[in-house]
Amino acid sequence: MHLVWLVPLLPLAGFLLNGTLALAKSRAKGIVSVIGVGTLLAAFGVAVYVVLDLARTHPDAPVVFRYWDWIPVGTLQVSAALQVDQLSAVMLLVVTGVGSLIHIFSVGYMHDDDGYARYFAYLNLFVFFMLTLVLGANFPVTFVGWEGVGLCSYLLIGFWFEEKVNADAGKKAFIMNRIGDFGFLVAMFLIWQHTGSLDYTTVFAQAPTALAMGGAVATAITLFLFLGCTGKSAQIPLYTWLPDAMAGPTPVSALIHAATMVTAGVFLVARTNVLFALAPLSQAVVAGVGAATALFAATIALKQWDIKRVLAYSTVSQLGYMFVGVGTGAMAAGIFHLATHAFFKALLFLGSGSVIHAMHHAYHATHSHEDAQDMRNMGGLARYLPWTCTLMWIATLAIAGIPPFSGFFSKDEILGAAFARGTTQPVWYVFWALGLGAALLTAFYMTRMMLYTFHGPNRTGSREETHLHEAPAVMTGPLVVLGILSLVGGALNLPSLVGGAAWLEHWLEPITAAGAALVHLPEVASSTAWTLIGTAVAIAIVGIVAALRLLDLTSLVPARSAPAETGLGRILNKKWYVDELYDACIVRPIMWFSRAVLWRVVDTGIIDGAGVNGAAATSRILGWLTSRLQTGELGFYAVIFVIGVVVVLSRALR
Amino acid sequence: MPSILAVVYWAFAGLAVIASAMCITRRNPLASALWLVQTLFCVAVLFTILHAPFIGVLQVLVYAGAIMVLFLFVIMLLNLGRSSGDLKGLVACAVGTVLGVGLLLDLRPIAHAGPPDAIMLPAGALDSMLVHQGVVGSVAGPLFDSYLVPFEITSLLLTAAIVGAVVLAKRKL
Amino acid sequence: MFTGATLVVSAVLFTIGTIGVLLRRNAIVIFMCVELMLNAVNLTFVAFAERLGVAGQIFVFFVMAVAAAEAAVGLAIILAVYRHKETVDLQHINLLKG
Repeated sequence: MHLVWLVPLLPLAGFLLNGTLALAKSRAKGIVSVIGVGTLLAAFGVAVYVVLDLARTHPDAPVVFRYWDWIPVGTLQVSAALQVDQLSAVMLLVVTGVGSLIHIFSVGYMHDDDGYARYFAYLNLFVFFMLTLVLGANFPVTFVGWEGVGLCSYLLIGFWFEEKVNADAGKKAFIMNRIGDFGFLVAMFLIWQHTGSLDYTTVFAQAPTALAMGGAVATAITLFLFLGCTGKSAQIPLYTWLPDAMAGPTPVSALIHAATMVTAGVFLVARTNVLFALAPLSQAVVAGVGAATALFAATIALKQWDIKRVLAYSTVSQLGYMFVGVGTGAMAAGIFHLATHAFFKALLFLGSGSVIHAMHHAYHATHSHEDAQDMRNMGGLARYLPWTCTLMWIATLAIAGIPPFSGFFSKDEILGAAFARGTTQPVWYVFWALGLGAALLTAFYMTRMMLYTFHGPNRTGSREETHLHEAPAVMTGPLVVLGILSLVGGALNLPSLVGGAAWLEHWLEPITAAGAALVHLPEVASSTAWTLIGTAVAIAIVGIVAALRLLDLTSLVPARSAPAETGLGRILNKKWYVDELYDACIVRPIMWFSRAVLWRVVDTGIIDGAGVNGAAATSRILGWLTSRLQTGELGFYAVIFVIGVVVVLSRALR
Repeated sequence: MPSILAVVYWAFAGLAVIASAMCITRRNPLASALWLVQTLFCVAVLFTILHAPFIGVLQVLVYAGAIMVLFLFVIMLLNLGRSSGDLKGLVACAVGTVLGVGLLLDLRPIAHAGPPDAIMLPAGALDSMLVHQGVVGSVAGPLFDSYLVPFEITSLLLTAAIVGAVVLAKRKL
Repeated sequence: MFTGATLVVSAVLFTIGTIGVLLRRNAIVIFMCVELMLNAVNLTFVAFAERLGVAGQIFVFFVMAVAAAEAAVGLAIILAVYRHKETVDLQHINLLKG
């Protein structure tokens, strides 16, 4: 276990090497691939070894490895430390495992790109920061990782920065993340103020005594932490960056905006579950925002035409589910959904990458400039990309929540926990209902996506059709692995209801025990549980069948000649005009304020005018004044002299 | 009834003050010089009353007799005569007077200044020294004894002054 | 016996000399007022000599010697300036202006 420092260090070394290669403008794609993928696979290997070691030794407290004193300032003692416990173990495997698969996929996807070395450098750097976030033993180290993944997200979203749209998307992601980071920082300040430490073990041990249950301080801390989570995990109100982030390469969307970075918020809530257990109001806020986001994003996904946008809103929606899970207090359920979501969402994104790759090839071959990501240009691709189609259907069934796929188990556990809590506090029934509604819509829009892309008549064009082909093995290989995981991932945490061992829940018990002791999650009768399961499955099937019945594949036209949306469809397609609302209410006023006040008044007037020019003018005036003393007249000098003598004598002869 | 000595003392002290006041306010520089000579005479008398007769004589010989004569030479050489508007303007006079008064007020503590008792000589010590070593001897003794070095340096100073004065006053070097 | 009174007299003489320096424009008269100030200081020394020993009088001796040297050189300077500028009015001697 003491080798845990290797896990983040290997990707960091990969970043440095690939970064040097990128700066040296080398065209050596081979060695970049070896370094980029090799470091990740090695990190995964070490991670597996660490987790096995942890499982074998079974410590009852987190194992903390301190490396050096980072910030020793008076009573604030922060060390650079990594922590190995059951929660970080789960995240470790997800990050390095799914990360490795995506790196392998990228070798094929980014093969023709000039920025190949730069891409892998950034990707490795991202994994390094994500691992720091997950392994951090105190809030500041986690925050370093938190900020770092935000930075890498910006770098990777704006990877093709020569196009302004991509650069703007990167900026938007970074700025919205920063708003959340402010929340995280304030929470850190409050935590230190009230517990005197920033180490996880110390804070969580002291929190039940230092903070009053349901008190203002605990609520404030957790709400500010949640603000950070809404930024990083794209919940209302800071979610609008995620769909725009699809401007980056598809493997980036898979890794960062599906499997790892956006789950950092969920991870944080799980990590600080003791603090959230002390603030029931915050728990309700977390679950409420999560449920609302889940439904809201699902409605938008219903009318999106870009295949990646559908998946982006789907991610926002599923993250909402995870927050419902951890908000309820069922941390294991939230983390379970985090893991299964990583599997099937990464599969969906990589699969869409496969599709886009094929579409690009086709349009490139015919020198066409159509949008390769618009589903109205696709259709009937199943016969050209059979592997991709099959695997993406597996992922779709998983996300819709059809048993025995993994998504069913995780989603059902979350909804079950929400319902269970509703028996004592009725507001949770609302969250459960919202979640159910979102499940219906999820099934619908995912089926819609699959139908429009893979089935029905092909709309790509007769000349392009001949160039459509399946992706190379280096890209379909990871898809297969993820497909298998989406299929059997449910085994991680089979509920006792169906005779399973609830393995993940027991594994995470040392982490969640303290919080669970403070918030008692009521149990539901097994008959109620079966009813809930039945309802969820029924809803999912209704969604899929409705999509199959209601959608007319033959009425679609390619994007270029597609009619404009009308009515409710238009509102949904325009994302409920939230971006426009933010622009009008927040962005424009800030820009006006910056230009009119901060620039003209403060910068030019006060700082330049009074400060710089004023200092110069004052010097000049003082100089002129003192030069008037040099009259050259001895009589004047004598007067000054005597004034001085009088003053000095008055002091000296007191 | 104050003693004769006190009367003489205060008479000449008052005369010195009046003479100096006249000195600074005369328009004619020649008159100023002569009033200064009067002041020096009165101060010489004060010296004598204060058990420093040798210094008093030196005052008359050197100060009034040599230095003031030099002043008179220069005044008459430059033929300044009755200069017009010798005093500065009203503002300058006011400032000067105010500063002067300020200085006087500052110097009030001097009225009750005195050396600490530990180093004070017993009363009449100087008198007895004057009697025992003579009027000149009481000054000359230490001058050639403890203060020989400053004495010799002063002679160097005077030589330098002579050279400087000659060089400065020459028309052509 | 007259130590205190002499100190007062010397202070007054010193002040009068200072006022004279500030009030007059003629360089020679200013010089004379400086001599007046020196005399006031001499008076102080002699006053203290009665209490502290003959060293006070010796100091006066040296002050007089220095005053003599200073008067000689100073008047020579005034003569040199007069030759240049045809005046001893201090307000016209302002080459150091600026």
